[in-house]
Amino acid sequence: MSSADPKVKHGAGLSLLASELRILFGRRRTWAMLAAVALIPILLAVALRLTSAGVEPGQGPPFLDRVTQNGLFVSFTAMVVAIPLFLPLTVGVVAGDTLAGEASHGTLRYLLVAPAGRLRLLIVKFAGAIAFCIAATLTLVVAGTIIGALLFPVGPVTLLSGDVISVPESAVRALLVAAYVSLSLLGLSAIGLFISSLTSVPVGAMAATVVVSVVSQILGALPQLEWLHPWLFTDTWLGFSGLLSQPMDGTAFGANAVLQGGYAAVFFALAYSRFTTKDILS
Amino acid sequence: MTAPDLAIETRALTKTFGRQRAVQGIDLAVPRGSVFGFLGPNGSGKTTSIRMLLGLADATSGEMSVLGESMPDRILDVLPRVGALVEGPAFYPFLSGEDNLRRLDSADRHASPRTRTERVRRALERVGLSAAAKKKAGAYSLGMKQRLGIANALLQPRELLVLDEPTNGLDPQGTREVRSLVRSFAAEGTTVFVSSHLLAEVEQVCTHAAIMSAGSLVAQGSLDELRGAGERHVRVRTADAGRAASVLAGFGLEPSSQDYDASSADVTALLPAGFAASNDIVAALVTAGVRVQGFAVEEPSLEDRFVDLTGEGFDVVR
Repeated sequence: MSSADPKVKHGAGLSLLASELRILFGRRRTWAMLAAVALIPILLAVALRLTSAGVEPGQGPPFLDRVTQNGLFVSFTAMVVAIPLFLPLTVGVVAGDTLAGEASHGTLRYLLVAPAGRLRLLIVKFAGAIAFCIAATLTLVVAGTIIGALLFPVGPVTLLSGDVISVPESAVRALLVAAYVSLSLLGLSAIGLFISSLTSVPVGAMAATVVVSVVSQILGALPQLEWLHPWLFTDTWLGFSGLLSQPMDGTAFGANAVLQGGYAAVFFALAYSRFTTKDILS
Repeated sequence: MTAPDLAIETRALTKTFGRQRAVQGIDLAVPRGSVFGFLGPNGSGKTTSIRMLLGLADATSGEMSVLGESMPDRILDVLPRVGALVEGPAFYPFLSGEDNLRRLDSADRHASPRTRTERVRRALERVGLSAAAKKKAGAYSLGMKQRLGIANALLQPRELLVLDEPTNGLDPQGTREVRSLVRSFAAEGTTVFVSSHLLAEVEQVCTHAAIMSAGSLVAQGSLDELRGAGERHVRVRTADAGRAASVLAGFGLEPSSQDYDASSADVTALLPAGFAASNDIVAALVTAGVRVQGFAVEEPSLEDRFVDLTGEGFDVVR
């Protein structure tokens, strides 16, 4: 009986990534979370449509007063509403579950015996969490755009700077905002991955990840700690207004990339050092 | 340190958790092509040893090699040639049996995606799960999960199968099936390393065995070697217990008698090493007018050895 030749490898081993994404996006839990994300702009738009009273500028979340004039603003408003708690909650569930979920099912030992390779598995898990961040923000933007177009007039968009951009141009901006917010969640995903490598109780890892994001935002709200703010991974979360001005200001995007990239590097490294030396006893 | 004829070899393999020494310097030698029973009561360090052999846990000290390669240094080259069932089967409850196997197969870079569907189908067929392939693993019975776990070990042709308590949760019928599977693996030339706390379940299929007790290896060798270290008994079942005992005493034995039923008793005696006259016992009994109902020279059972070495089989030692 000839055994598998260890020297023969099939492709770059992308099978595992494909399988990870299939499982992640095949789970009812993932769909429930994406549906909940889609509900945010829908609820927001419906509520605005049903109340006849106009919204004064400066009342409620940013851009709220503009929604009734232009449905394309639904996405932006919903994004601002979802960023502080709801998106981190869903990312916490996915990132916290990455390794701890496999450990709690006992499938972690079988993946490693297969052998998946610990670093490769870690990369695949991180990639899965990032894919979810992108899916969540895209879901929000797409749902917001559709419901906005259905309930409110759609036309050229007046930006914060007073300039007017066309509808297709505003679609590009909406996608850029989605990209910005996905990027914003990178640091939190890496933190979740690290926490997930510490435990075999997925609920604990999920909760801890969400708590970290809340604590960071609380610290970010304290003016006494202003020296600390640039170091918080939540500091740039709401900083996408530059993407809605004309000419577009991309500096916040760059700053966000540096911050999130730094957090991702540090926490991925921590997760790596923990996971590759860990005894898998679950 | 690697001997080419050994599928698994360890030297002074040790694992401590805090102060507790789960595995204390064991020297395993599993010949290639053997069916090797890794026996011991629950908590004797079997699973911990298996975890180290598969690179799931680091050894505190000692060396090991699997299929001639040093572990865990060569883990990614060794494990594709090893199929394993470790500490019970584990699956994604929300995936079907088939999808679970596809998932675990995709984790192995040496597994060809092109042949995956076919390999999964054949593995399921071999353990008799074809009919339940599309059913969610969460709805499987314990016995079905156990079979799925074995199917997972069979996704590729393997040189070594490590089966940790493969009969756990199986009914007697399932246990028989696992035994016949193990025999068929061995017939194909695969080395099978099978752990169990129930000796009787593996004794019939093993060629070799090692016995663990409280983290130490207390015996190891071929089944005959292990049995040979024990002692033989002679047993006479008769209605004339008193006369039988005196005949046996005439051979220089020390008989003892135990009632079998209302009219007959079992008279047993230890046969000293090198005792040559066992052929003459029956003739002597008949000559003495003993009505012999049954006579046997009993080889020591592995079970007796097992209990001798580990204490009572079911006790958790620590």
